[in-house]
Amino acid sequence: MSKATLERGLNALREEIDAPVAAFFSSCVNCGLCAEACLFYTETGDPRYTPINKLEPLRRIWEQEFTLWGRIKKALGLAQPVTDELLQEWEPLVYDACSLCGRCSMVCPVGNDIAYMIRKEREGFVASGNAPEGMKGASTRAIKVGSPMGVKFHAVQAQIRHIEADTGLEVPVDVEGADYLALLSSMEIMNFPEYIEALARIFKQAGVSWTLCSEAFEATNAGIQIGSSDIAAELVERVVKGAEKLKVKYVISPECGHAYTAIRWEGPNLIGRRYPFKVVHILELLDELRAAGRLKTQGMDEARLTFHDPCQIVRKGGVLEPPRNLLKQVAANFVEMSDHREMNWCCGGGGGVSANERADELRLKVFARKKSQLDELNVDKLVTACANCRLMLEDGLEEYRVELPVVGLTEMLAEHLVEDSE
Amino acid sequence: MSSPIDFLLWVKGPAFDIALAVFVIGIVVRLLEIVLLGRKQDLAEPKGEEFGPGLRTIVTRTLPEAGSFKQSPFTVIGGYIWHIGFLICLLFFVPHIELLHSVLGIKWPGLSNHIVDAVAVVTMATLVAMLIDRITHSVKRFLSGPEDYLVWLAAFLPIVTGYLAYHRVLVPYPLVLGIHILSIEFLMILFPFTKLMHTFTFPLARWYNGAMAGRRGVQS
Repeated sequence: MSKATLERGLNALREEIDAPVAAFFSSCVNCGLCAEACLFYTETGDPRYTPINKLEPLRRIWEQEFTLWGRIKKALGLAQPVTDELLQEWEPLVYDACSLCGRCSMVCPVGNDIAYMIRKEREGFVASGNAPEGMKGASTRAIKVGSPMGVKFHAVQAQIRHIEADTGLEVPVDVEGADYLALLSSMEIMNFPEYIEALARIFKQAGVSWTLCSEAFEATNAGIQIGSSDIAAELVERVVKGAEKLKVKYVISPECGHAYTAIRWEGPNLIGRRYPFKVVHILELLDELRAAGRLKTQGMDEARLTFHDPCQIVRKGGVLEPPRNLLKQVAANFVEMSDHREMNWCCGGGGGVSANERADELRLKVFARKKSQLDELNVDKLVTACANCRLMLEDGLEEYRVELPVVGLTEMLAEHLVEDSE
Repeated sequence: MSSPIDFLLWVKGPAFDIALAVFVIGIVVRLLEIVLLGRKQDLAEPKGEEFGPGLRTIVTRTLPEAGSFKQSPFTVIGGYIWHIGFLICLLFFVPHIELLHSVLGIKWPGLSNHIVDAVAVVTMATLVAMLIDRITHSVKRFLSGPEDYLVWLAAFLPIVTGYLAYHRVLVPYPLVLGIHILSIEFLMILFPFTKLMHTFTFPLARWYNGAMAGRRGVQS
């Protein structure tokens, strides 16, 4: 990548302005309602965290260069320019205090999709060199090593050996012509390898032809989180090449929400072409198997439990019903949180916040929102479907000294699987 | 301008023509500035429709999301009252209908003057309360710049001057009527240059929001 400069940052911002952005900025009346939809505001009371305020640099470029009146004002010297100082000042607002959860986009009375614009604005921040060190590191590792956490394929192989020894099942790797290519997130490989085991067991029972790919196992995309389309495209390209090489029909996005956004929604646009395969979220696939009677489970979990909707798979991904259908198959006492489905509150660590150590204190502070949602329910178990959410939930619960087990939905289903059912 | 009558004639004649031209041309330019930017074709396989969900969002965003209403009832209710009040005064005051009839050639039944009078009072009171809220509420005060207060004034003046004209509070009448019309012209001229534009752009914004979410299988 060429050197980051203010000029490159401004150019990147210019390139991001399209008709929706112009319509959104034209429509904002500073009513402030988006503040109440954002956990970074509700839990701190700091007006700087009002979602629309996080867009001030992008708004200035739009006004000064994309409206006639703004251009006149600029020519008359009446406009405030976007400077390095402004970008530096705004950087923590854009990265530490926004998880791209998109909740604000659901409440704006004039219909502004604020999260859509923050994602775009980050392109300008990266190009001008104003991005958090933690996220820069994650992006560099993703490009150079192959994973944002620096996980190499031999780490996956080590987990595979454990799983194969424990279960006696085979975890297929680089199988050409398999129907499904399963992707993983680093967090699953390192923190929750149970996910890989769950896939092996469920797919064995359901008779799904699947494989992992040694050259394309990482599904997360640090490039999207930091806002660098160049990096993001390269990471997507790896997956596409791997899938094409193995000639699979489908690519399975892991539970991880941002991975789903990256590979399902942004991917084709980043590489500039449609995929020769379909992308399904693991919960969508499991729900299909359930509906077809191929996911046979036994017993019901009697614990009172609730489901944390990962923003990117639910609100931003449209995977609304599958987690509920699947939970009902194995949970006898499933209760919904006060705000759920597309109005769910973020765990606080999405959008790269979890990779940005500088944001840790703020992230744990705003976790109070999730805690109060859980306090209302008095549950014994918390289920989710995103390794990042899960880690953030565990971290937040520990910080607030709440004893509550957090489980991944896929593993929970695998635990209830009817074995040898043919 | 030697007399109030001359002033009124100027306001109703050349000044109105200028204001109307700025208003119409300005709005067309602003809307073109937006839609001509276009947006890139989305290559991701859609999960749902764009058009229908987009239209639905245009309608559904008229009602507040439950949580927003609970957290900010004043912003929501105040917003409804003054917008509706303003439109009632603009569109259902009999002299306004007659004026619009003479220009547009269409007419509709008006409300009694007493009702419009009461609506004007409620609208003015709500606008004042919303101004106080803007100055005192931490988020709104933080977000607000000179433009926010300017457009508040532009919305407030036509109601106040209309009220004064109707009640013949200031004399001579041609002067106060002229000031009332001038305040409308002020509003019209400000329109294309300020966030008053949301009147015309909010359906676009809502549509894009609903369409982009709809494509992903979510009704926003």
